[in-house]
Amino acid sequence: MNLGSIESLAYLYPEGILVLSILAIFLVDLCVEDKERLGNIALIGAALALVFTSGLSFFGVRFIEGLQGAGEGWLFHRMIALDSFAIFFKVILSLSVVGTVWMSLGSREINGPNQGEYYGILLASGLGMFFMASATNLLLAYLSLEFVSLTSYVLTGYLTRNRRSGEAALKYLIYGGVASGTMIYGMSWIFGLTGSLDYAEINAALLQNAPDHLTLFIALVLMLAGFGYKIAAVPFHMWAPDVYHGAPIPVTAFLSVGSKAAGFALLMRFFYPALSQSGDAGMWQFVPGVEWPQLMLIVAMVTMTLGNLAALNQHNVKRLLAYSSIAHAGYILMGFVVLSDEGLRAMLFYIVVYYLMNLGAFIVVMVVANNTGREDLEGFRGLAWRGGALPAAAMAIFLFSLTGLPPLAGFIGKFYLFAAVVKGQFYWLAVVGILNSVVSLYYYARIVKTMFLDEPSDLEGEVALDPHNGSLLAILSVATVVLGVYWAPVFDFADRSTRFFLGS
Amino acid sequence: MDGLLLDIGLRHFLFVSLAVFVLGLYCVLTRKNAIGILLGVELILNSANINYIAFSHFSSGNYDGQVFAIFVIMLAAAEAVIGLAIVLGIYQNFSSIDIEAVDSLQG
Repeated sequence: MNLGSIESLAYLYPEGILVLSILAIFLVDLCVEDKERLGNIALIGAALALVFTSGLSFFGVRFIEGLQGAGEGWLFHRMIALDSFAIFFKVILSLSVVGTVWMSLGSREINGPNQGEYYGILLASGLGMFFMASATNLLLAYLSLEFVSLTSYVLTGYLTRNRRSGEAALKYLIYGGVASGTMIYGMSWIFGLTGSLDYAEINAALLQNAPDHLTLFIALVLMLAGFGYKIAAVPFHMWAPDVYHGAPIPVTAFLSVGSKAAGFALLMRFFYPALSQSGDAGMWQFVPGVEWPQLMLIVAMVTMTLGNLAALNQHNVKRLLAYSSIAHAGYILMGFVVLSDEGLRAMLFYIVVYYLMNLGAFIVVMVVANNTGREDLEGFRGLAWRGGALPAAAMAIFLFSLTGLPPLAGFIGKFYLFAAVVKGQFYWLAVVGILNSVVSLYYYARIVKTMFLDEPSDLEGEVALDPHNGSLLAILSVATVVLGVYWAPVFDFADRSTRFFLGS
Repeated sequence: MDGLLLDIGLRHFLFVSLAVFVLGLYCVLTRKNAIGILLGVELILNSANINYIAFSHFSSGNYDGQVFAIFVIMLAAAEAVIGLAIVLGIYQNFSSIDIEAVDSLQG
């Protein structure tokens, strides 16, 4: 099924709702004095987008079947695809937006006369991510990636009077501009080699014409600069620690959860349907001559190792979590290397798990920063004994889950990743991954030790958990524990979502 | 007189775009001034534009590449707006737009 512009609008409810809520926020922002309510509009808009996205996967796709006889299709003249893969990521991304808006409502940093702009731009960033998850054309892939980048620069620099925030925005802008410029230069070579911007046509042209391998390889490496920068993979990770450190905490959480998931969606959709072909028994074959799995193997190994080693001696918790998120990009890339449906499924499942535990960890950082104004490890000293027993316990759950200890969700996620890697016979990759998990235990456990075993100093104030942040924290920590014991429904959802729409 | 122009083929455009791309990267890596770095980014974007238009004209036979170039020009303008706003904010906070002066985030 291939719909034109007007007919496609009927299948674009979630995006439409986001657009309407962005407009509503900007309009209401002009009219009312009381800016406190604007966040609620954003929350309602993001929640409605979530409902309609999941509604699309339960009712909407069947609705399309009734119309056209096909379950999925291309919209807007093959610009975007509506398939189970896109819907999976839209669910994750709208969950990220809902979580971030909820966090922002309870944050000390995000209040003041400009918060209408903040919420509007936050939803706009979510909108761009929706398109990143479903783009099947290099033009829309670039436009959506750049849309997300531009809104992220503004969000990072939201605290205009704060030196760190402005510096983080400048660094993000410079790295982002170079990375996306390099990416479109690479894309132009892909366009030159294949004569098309459409993923399916690129795939067909690469299989038929067998272009010069070296040129194609260089073009792919240049494109990886843009994708790798979005997911913070080495060697395009340098922005991450500084930006995560300087940005407001809800924005940091949004970048680490939403931006990364959208980057992975873009990466997977380009490298699987466009550069590989689906073979027997859930295995994929890459286009002859371009050994990109070998390249990604090295990227994955270096990314996780560098992220974990650099995290070892960090004192700022946001910066530590930045390096941890780099390491996790490396773990997720392990599933990318094996080129099978099993690897894809493991990646999707891990992205869900990563969403739960990483967002939760950032909420605890925000609760501590709200109360004490500190983000460094010293601010966590004896947290459990100065009124913060619940956040400290939740943080321990999230950190052990990030390490991958059973019986938490992170363990199940890593188990599936390692199972896919071992089945694909990448034994060295599995060994490096397990060694890295051991290393990561050191710095995660150091935070837990600081919170529970160290004596609180008299200088530090009480940390109280307000019901607003506490409720989201409770949901995320319970989900992290439950998913470690009973993960079948989420795993089935990920399993059903590995199908790409390749044309009817 | 026309013959001189007709001799210019795809290869020439690709060499020009490669030169512009490398100059842009060099500019980004060596400039200390934030505006200078943004200019380097513009060069990189425009090198891609040359490629798109050249490929569109000489090999693909459709207008996809030219449409892409128009979108890149538009987004380059948007990026310049946001970039200059951020640089202005930096100047208010640091009284300098030298990126070596703006380096408090470390660890």
